[in-house]
Amino acid sequence: MTASTIATPTPMRTTSTRVTIGRVIVYGFAAIVGVCLLFAPFLFPDVRAQEVAARICVFIVLVASYDLLIGYTGIVSFAHTMFFGLGAYGAAIGLKTMGRGFEAIVLGGSLGVLAAFVLAVLIGLLSLRVKAIFFAMVTLAAASVMLVLASQLSNFTGGEDGITYEIPRFFSPANRLEDGNGDQVRLFGVPVNGRLYLYYFVFLSSLALFYLLVRIVRSPLGTVLQAIRENEMRAEAIGYRVVAYRTSVFCIAAVVAALAGVLRAVWLRYTGPDVTLSFDIMIDVLLMVVIGGMGTMVGAIVGVVIMTLAQFYLKDLMGAGAEATAGLPLLPELLNPDRWLLWLGVLFILLVYFFPSGIAGTLLGKGGRK
Amino acid sequence: MTPSIRTENLTIRFGGHAAVNNVTCAFQPGELTVIVGPNGAGKTTWFNLVSGQLKPTEGRIFKGGTEITRLSASARAKAGIGRAFQLTNLFPKLTVLENVRLAVQAKAGQGPSALRNAASLTHLAEKAARVLEQTRLSSVAHLPASALPHGDQRKLEVAMLAAMEPDIFMFDEPTAGMSVDEAPVILELIADLKKDRSKTILLVEHKMDVVRALADRIVVLHNGELVADGRPAEVMALPIVREIYLGVGAEEVA
Repeated sequence: MTASTIATPTPMRTTSTRVTIGRVIVYGFAAIVGVCLLFAPFLFPDVRAQEVAARICVFIVLVASYDLLIGYTGIVSFAHTMFFGLGAYGAAIGLKTMGRGFEAIVLGGSLGVLAAFVLAVLIGLLSLRVKAIFFAMVTLAAASVMLVLASQLSNFTGGEDGITYEIPRFFSPANRLEDGNGDQVRLFGVPVNGRLYLYYFVFLSSLALFYLLVRIVRSPLGTVLQAIRENEMRAEAIGYRVVAYRTSVFCIAAVVAALAGVLRAVWLRYTGPDVTLSFDIMIDVLLMVVIGGMGTMVGAIVGVVIMTLAQFYLKDLMGAGAEATAGLPLLPELLNPDRWLLWLGVLFILLVYFFPSGIAGTLLGKGGRK
Repeated sequence: MTPSIRTENLTIRFGGHAAVNNVTCAFQPGELTVIVGPNGAGKTTWFNLVSGQLKPTEGRIFKGGTEITRLSASARAKAGIGRAFQLTNLFPKLTVLENVRLAVQAKAGQGPSALRNAASLTHLAEKAARVLEQTRLSSVAHLPASALPHGDQRKLEVAMLAAMEPDIFMFDEPTAGMSVDEAPVILELIADLKKDRSKTILLVEHKMDVVRALADRIVVLHNGELVADGRPAEVMALPIVREIYLGVGAEEVA
């Protein structure tokens, strides 16, 4: 075999066609999601669907950066929403104190990202030497402290109520693109205004960040991270400084999460503990990465889309189902929209049962235990 | 001539038990030394001390003229001490090629470049491919390491060591559990390394035919202590070695 044929790895070449079909399904799904998000303002013009699309964009970045930690490097952290929150609060406080300008986003956001970076360096250097479970506890403690700080320092953070602020005029619906006659310009019936610009700002920034993460896992660094996950002692023995690599990947993930937080804050025009810092979000992120498939990157897309759609639309679906089955015994009761959490739970159990390595993980054949 | 690797009064105690006790010895480039001794003699522990997985309780280790006693395992690997492990010690979910490329990459210092595509760094891939060819692993390059049969995993273990291109090669029973037709691939590779007179080779091995075929020198460890050191013929003739290996005369000596 020549060097050139070895140099182009198609890792699953020797495995069955089932995996090939799995690849088509997963990457096909990701491509469809990509197209839907790219044209979301035109395909789904209503306000709620816009919110769902923007949330999916930001969460794909947040979950993918978490996958870099937990899936690729094997670092379990509960502080990921803390970094997300630092970015969001940075931008929010900037916009609140400096007024609605881009410089407020840049300055506030940068300070938030910087805070996330510094905190990640400190946590990483101080505690990535210890065993995984202790590290997880340290991150849990740090995240709890941050949550308490956010609610106590209400002068800066607005406490439990959070902060509401205005974003640059450029992103407001009043910023309309007008033609020569002063009429609103429409594209496929959709008004071209600040809301549209804002969506594409969120979409393109998320796309860039996701692309960056994909580049990282495909780089030599990415292979080293997986090596550390697989066999830390051997990685050290062939010459990699495991603690340094762990710390740097923890910082990269923290910075990306903080940038996602900035995007979230700008989109929502509101930042509070419930939307950025809380452990509910942390659990969502964990579920998304597990359901999607750890160590796959594309799993972030799958997990976020399924979870977010279920969270937003399962109730509606069940309402429709309850109405349709109104004449039947028991079914309308079971499908009552108030029981949506029950069905979400059932959905999770089924997913974990049938896709033990997550949907993308199982379909791509990355399952198989050590 | 400065020895390429030297240990001075090297000792490690686990609780009260000295697994390696006061071992002083030195090795020259171009020399293949086989380390023998019964199970529990401290051979692997001595290896772990030299390659940095364990830190000694007492004593010092030198590579060339420099003391390396306090260096981490990764720093020693970078300094040219390469180690293959007795119990297969791979990255199970990564492919065979990736396993070897990681070792090449560590040597080349390509680790931190975070934005380049690992698969397209051709100089790394080519070097990895060469090593795979030498170790007859090319045909399984794209399988996950965990999917290989035991013999191939042993070969991969040695391939990773070769890919690191160290000055000091440390093999810990490289042919253990290998079939009769697989072992020669590894032994040939070691013999090739020996021809390059600049490498220092340390080999823990039990099979006497291997020892006779390759050894320039034999070091005998027993209960953590160095009990014999010399040319194969001399060492094999020593009563203590015969006693350890043949189990005779133990009572008489005690």
